[in-house]
Amino acid sequence: MSFPTLFTDAKGGILTPYIKQNCQILKNYLKLGGYETARKALSMTPDQIIEEVTKSNLRGLGGAGFPAGRKWSFIPKNSTKPTYLVINADEGEPGTCKDKYVIMGASHVLLEGIIIASHAINAHTCYIYIRGEYVEPARILQKAIDDAYEAKILGKSVLGTGYALDVYLHRGAGAYICGEETALIESLEGKKGWPRMKPPFPAIEGLFRCPTIVNNVETISYVPSIINKGGEWFAKLGTERNGGYRFYSVSGHVNRPGVYELPVGTTLRTILYDYAGGIRGGKKLKAVVPGGSSTPPLRPEEIDVKMDFDSLSAIGSMLGSAGVMAMDEDTCLLDMLMVTTRFYHHESCGQCTPCREGTGWMDKVITRMARGEGRIEDVDNLAEIANGIMGNTICPLGDAAAMPVLGYLKKFREEFESHAKYGKCHQGEFTSWTASAGSQR
Amino acid sequence: MPTITIDGKSIEVEKGTTIMQAADKLGIILPRYCYHPGLSIVGQCRICLVEIEKMPKLQVACYTPVTDGMVVHTQSPKAMRGRKDVLEFLLVNHPLDCPVCDQAGECFLQDYYMKIGQYDSKMVEDKNKKHKALDIGPHVMLDSERCILCTRCVRFCNEISKSNELGIFNRGDHAELLPYPGRRLDNPYSVNTVDICPVGALTEKDFRFEARVWYLKQTDSICPGCSTGCNISVHTNTVRDHHAESRRVVRLKPRYNAEVNKWWMCDFGRYSYKPVDEATRITAPMLKHGDNWIATTWQVAIEAIADKIKKALPQKKSGQIGVWASPQMTNEDLFVLRQFTETLGINHIAMTVTPRERPFSDNYLIREDKNPNTRGAIALGYDTDMQASRDLYRLAFDRLLSVLFIFHHDLTLGFEAEHLAAALGNVPTIIFIGPNRNATSEFAHILLPAAAWPEKDGTFTNFAGRVQRMRAAVQPLGDARTEWMILKRLGKPLGLSVPYVEAGDVFAAIGRNVPAFSGLTYESVGSFGVMLKS
Repeated sequence: MSFPTLFTDAKGGILTPYIKQNCQILKNYLKLGGYETARKALSMTPDQIIEEVTKSNLRGLGGAGFPAGRKWSFIPKNSTKPTYLVINADEGEPGTCKDKYVIMGASHVLLEGIIIASHAINAHTCYIYIRGEYVEPARILQKAIDDAYEAKILGKSVLGTGYALDVYLHRGAGAYICGEETALIESLEGKKGWPRMKPPFPAIEGLFRCPTIVNNVETISYVPSIINKGGEWFAKLGTERNGGYRFYSVSGHVNRPGVYELPVGTTLRTILYDYAGGIRGGKKLKAVVPGGSSTPPLRPEEIDVKMDFDSLSAIGSMLGSAGVMAMDEDTCLLDMLMVTTRFYHHESCGQCTPCREGTGWMDKVITRMARGEGRIEDVDNLAEIANGIMGNTICPLGDAAAMPVLGYLKKFREEFESHAKYGKCHQGEFTSWTASAGSQR
Repeated sequence: MPTITIDGKSIEVEKGTTIMQAADKLGIILPRYCYHPGLSIVGQCRICLVEIEKMPKLQVACYTPVTDGMVVHTQSPKAMRGRKDVLEFLLVNHPLDCPVCDQAGECFLQDYYMKIGQYDSKMVEDKNKKHKALDIGPHVMLDSERCILCTRCVRFCNEISKSNELGIFNRGDHAELLPYPGRRLDNPYSVNTVDICPVGALTEKDFRFEARVWYLKQTDSICPGCSTGCNISVHTNTVRDHHAESRRVVRLKPRYNAEVNKWWMCDFGRYSYKPVDEATRITAPMLKHGDNWIATTWQVAIEAIADKIKKALPQKKSGQIGVWASPQMTNEDLFVLRQFTETLGINHIAMTVTPRERPFSDNYLIREDKNPNTRGAIALGYDTDMQASRDLYRLAFDRLLSVLFIFHHDLTLGFEAEHLAAALGNVPTIIFIGPNRNATSEFAHILLPAAAWPEKDGTFTNFAGRVQRMRAAVQPLGDARTEWMILKRLGKPLGLSVPYVEAGDVFAAIGRNVPAFSGLTYESVGSFGVMLKS
């Protein structure tokens, strides 16, 4: 399998070499010294592993950015209940497609990470929750799991050490909300994917009401390298409080869209103009979404920001899942906001009021504006609706729907006012997506 | 124990108490839809948002546990804004069909709009369409568009009735409450879902379009449906008598009692009010002439009965008197009846008639004994064994009774109708005293109209020995009277003086004379009842 849209920096990245050498196949991974780190980790104590991961400044790469080592340390000691490791492979954030590459090209790196993380939290059962649409990745991953069992890498005695670990692959049924960790847990338990109220956090009461760690595919896949080369090595690659490399999924109007494994803290300008080859057709950049569709967009003058969790939140956006979406000067941002809001409306689980009713309401208002039937008060009303959702919901989906609305309105307000006044962008230069459906620019 | 300050008032509470519960204790009543004290806490509706110092986001009061030193503001601009926003969201897809909605007047959406809303709506979009007027069970109708998805009913069916009929289907603003495919909301407690529904989504078929709630008067009472003695409110309509087919009692609602029924009641009990306004009610004393019943006055009826009794008194040896008392009667009725029988020397007294078919019961609120006051009868010295009924039946069959009083009972439930006809045919004078005619009253020679239970002041003693008070919700129909008053009047020509004027007088006398009730008065029984002395 080749990965023509996978790129990295001159140093070669951390996971990219494994993906390029098809480490979804066991013998390829073993040739590269696969599972040796797991063997080493199993001889370490759980506390040593957690310490090493804490030192590495590895943050949760699913989007929330919670320090991985600290999360693991929340598992209660001397619990009489079993502990579970759950891998979140329900990659659903629009603009993000990196876990797919890791699964399809480096399944065994993920499995090795699972062995190490399980040992760190004393879990003997791991569930991988993969999004339903990932049919081929699920097939590849299941094959890798089967091969690992056959090679006695998983099962009753992992690598002959006597440590038992079972790994189960569970396919979701296509709900974005099941990427939220507690909804994912509910779904794994066979229930409707409704997020739970916190606390208790999953580390105390998660899957089957037992202590559970939920980590993203990418996060866990970096663990073998950290244990192999040391936490400090990883930490140095990134920024002060956010270590290592990570995958940036770059899409939109760039010359070379793709998945880029780059050091954390690479500037957005470098990613867009150096790695992704700049804006298509020599056009000007109008807006860029830095971390998946739920993150507030940036204006062209803001792209010198370093791409790490702290730098982006300092300027009022988020790194999230690092799904970078670039939009050129011809893009109608009302259209962009419409499809974004429609997505969150469609994916709202319906459990709590602000998100259930607010997402649908915003969708209706924006769609009406896109039809050219907007009113000037709609712009403020939209912000009020979004503010009513923001922070008032059970899970972050409400915020995910409200943040882009607030972000676009704040940074590109004139465009929305233009739609409200004239029914189109910029006094008639462009018509909206719905009006010109079928003729894509 | 942690101490919390809410709106400047401090209170120390048990560990694990939520802000909502602490606020309730302080008398600060926060709005609520999904929160119900009898159900699990889900924090879904978000209407109870409050501001907590040192927390950046608003938090739901229902779910957040109190921690020591917590300072909560329920009336800060931010908290009030949050609740107002949530209310506006709840009404985005709500049809606002209050003029045709049964819930109007007792709807939490209306109440909170007046309390915390009062905004001008920004909503100009088309509302979502959902199922209307769905027949989801024998007693309950569903209007999905009115539903605010608080899931109280879902949790009731999962946690209380444990029948799991309801679920939420689909996602987002298309989410909809429905019974699971192939299921109906059919369990013995189904109508409680209507009680706890904060809006007009679940309505009761029996009450639908019958009356507007603001015309209803509520009276505290006790369900007469079985020996559990669930606390209820009797809802009566006497100001719009053309409503509800002129029924005076239009519905029963459970009333909270921590020791008995919590917030709930069963569907059988809920519809036990039906006979109260039925055509079978006896509204005047009746004498039988041939095959016809002739209405008469109390005076005529009492004189006729006193005459028969005088001839049959034990010392006259011209026959005997039997009494079939009923555990449907109140403690007050049974106490005066005991005085009556003791004064006249009547000792053929039966109480319980065990039905031939075993009635439905469960391990929760529904008990096999369908009488509200069997325990009270025992405490007042009555023999509640079915053998007493068999003995009385035997006496009647053997032509040894000349006068037989039957209170309430439909004896055909306990005896074969053919044999019963033979037995009762052997008694020259049968006096039936009850609120409604039944198969047994047709064998009587004199009918006396008794007040139905919502027309009575009195007490029942439930199976566990809890004495509970019911209050008259409506006036007795026609000439009907409470049984103890009938006995008072009947006693007069027979030399029995009953000095009581009100039910409370009778109860006070019970407190003086019956050890199990010693010292009890209506004041000490209160709203939630009191246990008999063992």
